[in-house]
Amino acid sequence: METLELTQEEQFQARIDADMRIEPKDWMPDAYRKTLIRQISQHAHSELVGMLPEGNWITRAPSLKRKSILLSKVQDEAGHGLYLYSAAETLGASRDQMLADLHSGKAKYSSIFNYPTLSWADMGTVGWLVDGAAILNQVPLCRTSYGPYARAMVRVCKEESFHQRQGFEIMQTLCEGAPEQKAMAQEALNRWWWPTLMMFGPKDADSPNTEQSMKWRIKRFTNDELRQKFVDMMVPQAEFLGLTVPDPNLKWNEAKNGYDFGEVDWEEFWNVVKGNGMCNKDRLGARVKAHEEGAWVREAALAHAAKRKQRAEQEAVQQVA
Amino acid sequence: MTQHEWPLWEVFIRSKQGLDHKHVGSLHAADAAMAIQNARDVYTRRMEGISIWVVESKHVHASNPDDAAAFFDPANDKVYRHPTFYEVPDSIKHM
Repeated sequence: METLELTQEEQFQARIDADMRIEPKDWMPDAYRKTLIRQISQHAHSELVGMLPEGNWITRAPSLKRKSILLSKVQDEAGHGLYLYSAAETLGASRDQMLADLHSGKAKYSSIFNYPTLSWADMGTVGWLVDGAAILNQVPLCRTSYGPYARAMVRVCKEESFHQRQGFEIMQTLCEGAPEQKAMAQEALNRWWWPTLMMFGPKDADSPNTEQSMKWRIKRFTNDELRQKFVDMMVPQAEFLGLTVPDPNLKWNEAKNGYDFGEVDWEEFWNVVKGNGMCNKDRLGARVKAHEEGAWVREAALAHAAKRKQRAEQEAVQQVA
Repeated sequence: MTQHEWPLWEVFIRSKQGLDHKHVGSLHAADAAMAIQNARDVYTRRMEGISIWVVESKHVHASNPDDAAAFFDPANDKVYRHPTFYEVPDSIKHM
């Protein structure tokens, strides 16, 4: 009789199929590790860069309440970046290397942050639409196969729903306000709708890694599935606000119990991914500047810590003597 | 990788009086005092904790997952350590 000996990789896949979590020191295929480091660090970079378009409005928020809320939200994004970097580090990636890859342009971040935030209504739209899309992407990742990633996502998701609600509240306030305010909300939606649909990534047919990622359960729905869900979720909310979704092909389809909608401009999508969006250079420039200008703080903190340690050791020696 | 990277710390949080500290994640900091302050900002922005422990990650020693089966094997065949192993007559109460 032939013995059924599973290879390491088959055992690994069997654990994933049984919905068991993989933990940092467990054996894993190199490709799984590499794909995860890329995915988690990209996600972390997105949180970090995502602070920039909103940071732009902290000093311009229309009231102290809105300013406090926006500050908290931006602080949360920093926190989300940190949860995710620390999850990636459990896979052996170094923080310095991940940041270097972001700053050199080698690593990507979500293209949505390469669009400008032109009016206060953009703060509403970013929270309501962009964070709404992010939540759809992120909720399934709370059950992703890699333990530290899943745990980080649980934290992120808990905090993200405040982001979406505060965005919706901004939109609702504008839509119930003066005609000019409502027009501002509509104008923001017109600019953000399509870029937000792009956040789910290329069409399934053009997403060759999806199949492997689904098998590893580091992705749990396809790009097109999530995009459809998003449209179905958001159209009624836009209707509630009295806003028009800028898509002439948007139509309820009773048969599929969902909306039919127009085609995303994929040329624009790839153009922004390649670095030619409206704000790519600004965003990366601001990030690199902050990093470089903070270098002396990082070095001073290390020097201070070393000095304090040395002093404590000297005092200990003196006490013994 | 450069030597400028701040050391990595593991963060443990007691969510309320009477509960254990629980591992929540890690962060970088120059020293323990900064690690505790950063942990407050990263992991307790919504009153998730009332006490924080930080341990430099290099000081954590762990069992080897590859040996887990053999390592934890001794407890595997001792069902009699669980109360459900024993059959208690129906008429016996409070046991």
